[in-house]
Amino acid sequence: MDILTRLASSLTDGAVRLVDLTRTLSPDDPTIIMPPEFGQSWPVKIERISRYDGNGPAWYWNNISFGEHTGTHFDAPVHWVTGRDLPNNTVDTMPLAPMLAPVCVIDCTAEAEADADFLLTRDHILAWEAQHGKIPAGNWVFMRTGWGNKTGAAYANLDAEGAHTPGPDADAIRFLVEERDILGFGTETIGTDWGQGGHLTPPFPAHHYLHGAGKYGLQCLTGLEALPPTGAMILAAPLKILAGSGSPLRVVALVPGGPD
Amino acid sequence: MTRELLPPSKKNPLERSQVPLRPPAARSAPTLGLLIGATQGRFALQHCDGCGRFLYPVRDVCPDCLGQRLSFQDAPRGGVLLSETTIDITADPYFRRQPAQRQGLVQADCGVTMIALLHRDCPAEGRVRLSLMTDRAGMPVVFAHPETGGAPHMEDDPDWRELTAQPKFRRVLITDGRSPVAEPLARQLLKAGAQEVFVGVADRWKPAPGVDALGGIEGVTLCDLDLRDERSVTGLAADLAGKTDILINSAYHFRPGGLFDAGQVLRAKDTLDICALGLLRLAQAFGPALMGRGGDGTTRNAAAWVNVLSIWAQTGRPASAIFAAAQAAELSLAQSLRGELAQGGVRVMNVFAGALEDEWFEDLPPPKTAPAAVARTVVTALEQGIEDSYVGPDAEEFRARMARNPKEVERLMWQG
Repeated sequence: MDILTRLASSLTDGAVRLVDLTRTLSPDDPTIIMPPEFGQSWPVKIERISRYDGNGPAWYWNNISFGEHTGTHFDAPVHWVTGRDLPNNTVDTMPLAPMLAPVCVIDCTAEAEADADFLLTRDHILAWEAQHGKIPAGNWVFMRTGWGNKTGAAYANLDAEGAHTPGPDADAIRFLVEERDILGFGTETIGTDWGQGGHLTPPFPAHHYLHGAGKYGLQCLTGLEALPPTGAMILAAPLKILAGSGSPLRVVALVPGGPD
Repeated sequence: MTRELLPPSKKNPLERSQVPLRPPAARSAPTLGLLIGATQGRFALQHCDGCGRFLYPVRDVCPDCLGQRLSFQDAPRGGVLLSETTIDITADPYFRRQPAQRQGLVQADCGVTMIALLHRDCPAEGRVRLSLMTDRAGMPVVFAHPETGGAPHMEDDPDWRELTAQPKFRRVLITDGRSPVAEPLARQLLKAGAQEVFVGVADRWKPAPGVDALGGIEGVTLCDLDLRDERSVTGLAADLAGKTDILINSAYHFRPGGLFDAGQVLRAKDTLDICALGLLRLAQAFGPALMGRGGDGTTRNAAAWVNVLSIWAQTGRPASAIFAAAQAAELSLAQSLRGELAQGGVRVMNVFAGALEDEWFEDLPPPKTAPAAVARTVVTALEQGIEDSYVGPDAEEFRARMARNPKEVERLMWQG
């Protein structure tokens, strides 16, 4: 039996399960916000063209619009200034191979529940490796926080000082990029960076180091509790937008099954 | 003495809602000149610039000197009630539904004699104060109050209530709770007797102290409403369109910037989306329901739609070209909306303000307009039935200059 036939069989018999890690694209879901004097990303808008009515008697369809970095979405290297000169740094030119890749999941749920401003450090990662083994090169690393189960104000968690959401510090991201050569970093929060990441050095270190090294970002993920620490595969194929810096997408995990 | 209006009882769901009816709307073209004053809360009558007489009814030439240089100018409001009658019933469907109406012949201090609707408190053969109003068909009529006011419940006069959009006992929707106008407006509407004030707020997940303050006001209910989102607008209309008596579109999305600034096309789309298309989405979702309820009684029928606009809707302004254009688009839609809602007897009122006293205009020197002043003007417009209102001295000056010479205003706008 060839490998794809075995995969198909595994998907059928439950030896491999598909898990949706995607939030629903909805106008109500919080998005990244910038000070109002900057350009603004559009939230999701869904505008009906027709619904079996005078504008289309037998068909229902909508026009949709949103910023490239809306909902569960993918960041390409060109998104950040550090990645602007890299080859194949946009969603339409990036290689296909990263779109299906293994993932290591670092569970920070307890820490994030105790402290919305939880910072993932190099030591946390080393502790995880002591338990699960060294993070292989070419893997996604997902920071699991349980944040994907939140909605609305609790999800954005904004106050007068900005967002309070967990994320990595600069050393952690440098370690993952430079010493582990990861494929990319994924979070359940609105960005790959810590909510207060603008106050770190450099500002927004996840964006800075990941994209400067040609790595990718995934954010606004959900359902990470279904993933094992290692052994799952992530299917994350952004829309092929001309010179696109990112894209909303459906993120699906292939998870080893077996009796629950 | 006027009988106090009592809170309406709940609507009997077994009874048919009354369809909207309008008073006869036929007027001669010259008579429509009275709309200049009637729509702005002014008592502006036709005036012969040759012999200096005021004329009423409106003429093509002065009957005294045959002069043709006729204009509309503010006249003294006082007068004496000469005679009166009470009309119990007429053949007109609209008036047949109305309670008995007092009408009288008034000798105005400006020299003309006119037939006016009389407030219930007007004393026989006593002094009155005249107002030009628009009726539910949007046509000019004359109303007389007793010159010495102060009697209790005068605002409850049924004919006066019909010529205005009193907030008393009505349910109001303010569409943009993030506007600096929203909080003082909600407070003043409640003070004016509004039964309930619903306030729409977009992106509730974004904290805003002003919104929190609004939510803490007794009588205010915050609702999810994003004017950029058709689904959000229709969703709220499903809950509220049937019981919104006054809709106040307070959409406020000022962003500075001229035509040559980078990124202005996207900013224009955002601004138009909120200001102009926001009004369109509201009109689609709420308009038919409001129009259908325009004649549903007199206490809690749909009465008015108010748009809070910038004076720059009427001209360009290079320093905020996109905002001015979006406001102009909103004004155009509002004027068309007026024609649509007039079929249901629902008034569309526009309140024009200059630069607001808020963070976006910190670099502008005074005079600027306090949000509370905008709120006061909105409530006054509702209480006095004023179609076009201008907030404060700077907006009033703008109006006067526009009436005199729009090109002068255009050049002034170049200076910011």
